[in-house]
Amino acid sequence: MLGRMANASFWMFRYLERAENTARLIEAALRMALTKDFATAEEEWRSVIATLGLTTLYEMEHDGYDGPRVWNFVLRDRANPASVRAMFGAVRNNARAARTCISSEVWEAVNESWMELDRMLARPVSQGALGDVVTLIRRSGAQVHGAVDGSMLRNEGFHFARAGTFVERGESTARILDMKYFLLLPSLSYVGSSLDSGQWDQVLRSVAGARAYSWLNAGNIDARGIVEFLVLDERFPRSLAFCRLALRRTLSALARMHGREGHSDELMAEAEARFEALTVDDVFDRGLHEFLVDFMRRNAAIAEAIIDDYRFLA
Amino acid sequence: MTAEAQQQSVHFDEMHDAEGNTREAYRDYCDWYLGQEQASLRRKDKEADDTFRRTGITFNVYGEDEAEERLIPFDIVPRIITAAEWRRLSRGIEQRVRALNSFLYDMYHRQEIVRAGRVPESLFRHNEAWLPNMVGFTPPGGIYTHIVGIDLVRTGPDEFYVLEDNARTPSGVSYMLENRETMMAMFPDLFSRVPVESVSDYPRRLARSLAACAPHGRGSGPGGKPTVAVLTPGIFNSAYFEHAFLADQMGAELVEGSDLRVVEGRVQMRTTRGYKPIDVLYRRVDDDYLDPLSFNPDSVLGVPGIMDVYRAGGITIANAPGTGICDDKAIYSFMPDIVEFYTGEKPLLPNVETWRCADPDSLAYVLDNLEELVVKEVHGSGGYGMLIGPTATRKEVAEFRKKLEAAPDNYIAQPTLSLSTCPIYTKKGLAPRHVDLRPFVLVSPNGVEITPGGLTRVALKKGSLVVNSSQGGGTKDTWVLKD
Repeated sequence: MLGRMANASFWMFRYLERAENTARLIEAALRMALTKDFATAEEEWRSVIATLGLTTLYEMEHDGYDGPRVWNFVLRDRANPASVRAMFGAVRNNARAARTCISSEVWEAVNESWMELDRMLARPVSQGALGDVVTLIRRSGAQVHGAVDGSMLRNEGFHFARAGTFVERGESTARILDMKYFLLLPSLSYVGSSLDSGQWDQVLRSVAGARAYSWLNAGNIDARGIVEFLVLDERFPRSLAFCRLALRRTLSALARMHGREGHSDELMAEAEARFEALTVDDVFDRGLHEFLVDFMRRNAAIAEAIIDDYRFLA
Repeated sequence: MTAEAQQQSVHFDEMHDAEGNTREAYRDYCDWYLGQEQASLRRKDKEADDTFRRTGITFNVYGEDEAEERLIPFDIVPRIITAAEWRRLSRGIEQRVRALNSFLYDMYHRQEIVRAGRVPESLFRHNEAWLPNMVGFTPPGGIYTHIVGIDLVRTGPDEFYVLEDNARTPSGVSYMLENRETMMAMFPDLFSRVPVESVSDYPRRLARSLAACAPHGRGSGPGGKPTVAVLTPGIFNSAYFEHAFLADQMGAELVEGSDLRVVEGRVQMRTTRGYKPIDVLYRRVDDDYLDPLSFNPDSVLGVPGIMDVYRAGGITIANAPGTGICDDKAIYSFMPDIVEFYTGEKPLLPNVETWRCADPDSLAYVLDNLEELVVKEVHGSGGYGMLIGPTATRKEVAEFRKKLEAAPDNYIAQPTLSLSTCPIYTKKGLAPRHVDLRPFVLVSPNGVEITPGGLTRVALKKGSLVVNSSQGGGTKDTWVLKD
């Protein structure tokens, strides 16, 4: 397939994933803010902007943090090139560019989602409408992935789409964890009761993992449990281990199709080695922050290598 | 018959005759129509728009906000042609398309037709689409225009005229296909009642036809299969939907200039496995932008060096560069002579009477009768820059008169034709509107293929004669009935 199409396919799914993760972050923050006093709520919204890496841009536009300003900035503000609306535009433009390597069903799922979202985000989003917007974004992701699953050939295009999804998802989970890592420091976990379990709950909600975590841990929320779940549990589809495994499988499939391994496979193997026999204690011993930064750096390097190996751009 | 229909009955109506009786072509359709509930038709009419939007069959209007995407309005009443009418049209179209290809070959070789005094030499000297790079070069298979759209208008039961030849890059075929898909999805019962010729194998025919035009008749893909690619200016082009649609349906690559490079004397595309040669390029990029080394040096839409590869026989470009000379309206005016010169036969499909304003006597006539005539730019297209005398205001006529006097060579004039009407569906029921027809023709060394049907464009405004989508026209599904 054309390198440019591979590129479009990869980025289409990265942006789709990013839009979905951003929506979850907003959803979790809203829930958090509703149960807090004003000052804590402001902190919540500030951390959403910080997690998304939008602090500088946001502060150029606004002089304080509150829910409506933050979610409107994140969802639709034209001053924010990384708004969900802009991301969905990028999803659709990439889908148009990759039109001949995605199925009609995938294209229609993208196009319909974009039309509906564009309409909903044409005006500032009120608190009452926020739930619908977030639901729509999540449902759009589910529809597109469902269409991919049920209608796309398992060819190169499929695997570049998967690569985009899991590179982005791993990055997002690591970023959210990293933003809250100070809450998860083991030294603090000893003073269990004084910790705000609502904060942890929010972390889990941001990655759609609250229910799954409860089932696995019988309602025990602690730092070890959360880190184990989000970093190491290969059963949870948004954990770092799951994303790494999925990315490795997709890269192996591509290497088989091409009959050769590239730099991306090399980096992938190195990243895999870091996970070998890794325990949650190892993670805390190395420092959670350092571990997450290392994960994100490797993840980004693998993405770069995919772009080079498969001639996306040149 | 509604009052509106009566008022317009000076025009030939394709569905009803002057007494209000249904014509043969529409008999089965009208039987079906009368059995439909109006509420249900109204709902379907609305649904059709949603279908087009959902599938992304939109276009961008030149000069408007890039983000703005529009639908070409679709009308749910089909335009119907009988098998006998279609046979007659096909013969005329094939004759004309063969003549166009012979003419193009001749123009870029010995110019016998000029030597014979049938057309003046000035005709191509002043033609902006004329490409000196093509002189003496014969494209693979000797074919210049591989994909042709012949615009027809009708004025009476047996009176069809050619209004325009689109030999360069006819567009709209995706609407022919999608209009049919939409009709079949909305009215399945209709298609079980009326036997209609299928159009759906057009993409397969196009793929086959293009592959048959590969240089030296072979390809560089697996098993000698030619690699076909569609060249698009990109996702912001107004016709991008069609480019992607055709590539997808043909199973061909959809490439942009930035994907292509000349490597080892071949035009090659950058794939995830490196550069792979292309045998046939169905380009939807104008000549000017095709090769910055040969034409517009600022173009980023084309491929530097592609013309050298082409002239060395390394690739087939469809349609051939320089083909656009045939879309010129001054050349159009000579088409009856051109058809006769190359086929030795009288044209089966007549031209619309045309005055060339470059000729002083014609100019005088045109200036005297401006209020009655349609005046068009020689190189214009898309319904831009024309005057429709009978509907223009006095001021518009006066302004046009000045333009015409200043540069008469740029214009031709035609009588205002009484274009046929075909009903459209409105809230108040059926109402006649003017239509034209663009059948699509494929040419390869294996012959000429015409898909039964085409694109019917319809002026949605009452009384309007302008059917172009850029001017608010719509489209209809076009049926050719089976015998």
